[in-house]
Amino acid sequence: MLLYRRVPPGTHPPEDPAYRSTVLRHPLEPLVQIPQTISEITGPSYPYDVVGPVDNDLTRQHAAAPIGERIIVEGRVLDGNGGPLRGALVEIWQANACGRYAHEVDTHDAPLDPNFTGTGRTLTDEEGRYRFVTIQPGHYPWGNHYNAWRPAHIHFSVLGPGFLTRLVTQMYFPGDPLQALDPIFNSVRDPEVRQRMVSSFDIDLTVPDWALGFRWDIVLRGREATPELA
Amino acid sequence: MAGITPSQTAGPYFGILLRGRAECRQVTEGTRGTRIVIEGRVLDGAGNGINDALIETWQADANGRYRHPEDCRPQLPDPTFNGFGWAHTRQDGGYRFETIKPGPVPAPDGGNQSPHILVSIMARGILTRFITRIYFDDELANANDPIMGLVPAARRDSLVAHRTADGHYAFDIVMQGPNETVFFDV
Repeated sequence: MLLYRRVPPGTHPPEDPAYRSTVLRHPLEPLVQIPQTISEITGPSYPYDVVGPVDNDLTRQHAAAPIGERIIVEGRVLDGNGGPLRGALVEIWQANACGRYAHEVDTHDAPLDPNFTGTGRTLTDEEGRYRFVTIQPGHYPWGNHYNAWRPAHIHFSVLGPGFLTRLVTQMYFPGDPLQALDPIFNSVRDPEVRQRMVSSFDIDLTVPDWALGFRWDIVLRGREATPELA
Repeated sequence: MAGITPSQTAGPYFGILLRGRAECRQVTEGTRGTRIVIEGRVLDGAGNGINDALIETWQADANGRYRHPEDCRPQLPDPTFNGFGWAHTRQDGGYRFETIKPGPVPAPDGGNQSPHILVSIMARGILTRFITRIYFDDELANANDPIMGLVPAARRDSLVAHRTADGHYAFDIVMQGPNETVFFDV
């Protein structure tokens, strides 16, 4: 059994009082360190046959096109050694162009778009690549503190090869001035590490007369170099 | 080595994603093993139910076999069983899984681990998922389980689902406070 390397400290954010909802939802006791066993090395897969043909195109899931700026988001899912991970399930959910989610809990005074659900899913190809066509998500206010606004982002859910490669995160856009003010983004303290969550504008991914392209690679935990006994 | 992408909170709106998935159904008619129901609530540090948590489970089949290419023991996994469960908590923080009792699985030392289910908890206010395990109160092997043995004795019961009068297993996930659930760093 090839074990997974431990995650370097400072990669995944801890509790953060600046993000108020963490205060009552994070354990006070330290995590108990345990070895990886067959339970953690294996992991779930989603029934793959249900990924439909327009599941990765959020602009073609309704009768008409959604309002907003069409974008392409493409990248690769890699293991911690830089190798591609094929067959990873990548799912996204996001606000519409006006900054409103198609969810009953979202009461932001911005219009819903009947042609935009804001969810997508796809499987990575042989080179670990995924691709979505969607709408540039809008900024929106939230109740964390006075005049709080989230930087534009797309939520990503990734199911990699094992239980330990499960990742839920958010992709941000380059040059967004709200990033500097956002406690969720800044819960990752190291600026270099934080920057891994920001996509790049890519003129080569941009399709003339049609859509801007943003590139974003996702790196999951990698394996140890040498096998160890199960 | 490439730098790992950091985790971020799932926020309150992941429900729109789950609605687009096929229904989570782990057990089908032909599934081997003892059918069980596990239910409980996810609670915050003030004792209130967390109504926007995403709970995911991962478990072996009734024979202790994982449906995964890296479980390469000769016995094949039950093709009618899906070891992956997921649920959005209800308004009161409650959740419910209908599944089967997993069999024992190998331990790193060559023995067995007592039957257990892995659990991930994600939510608004949780920046990085928390991982715990569900064990069962009617398994004598819990006493010799190598992972349970690493948990301070006074906190072990937080990992154990208890049988209720209606035959279900009750398992609350307490994020914070005096009865805080044990979470793992793996």
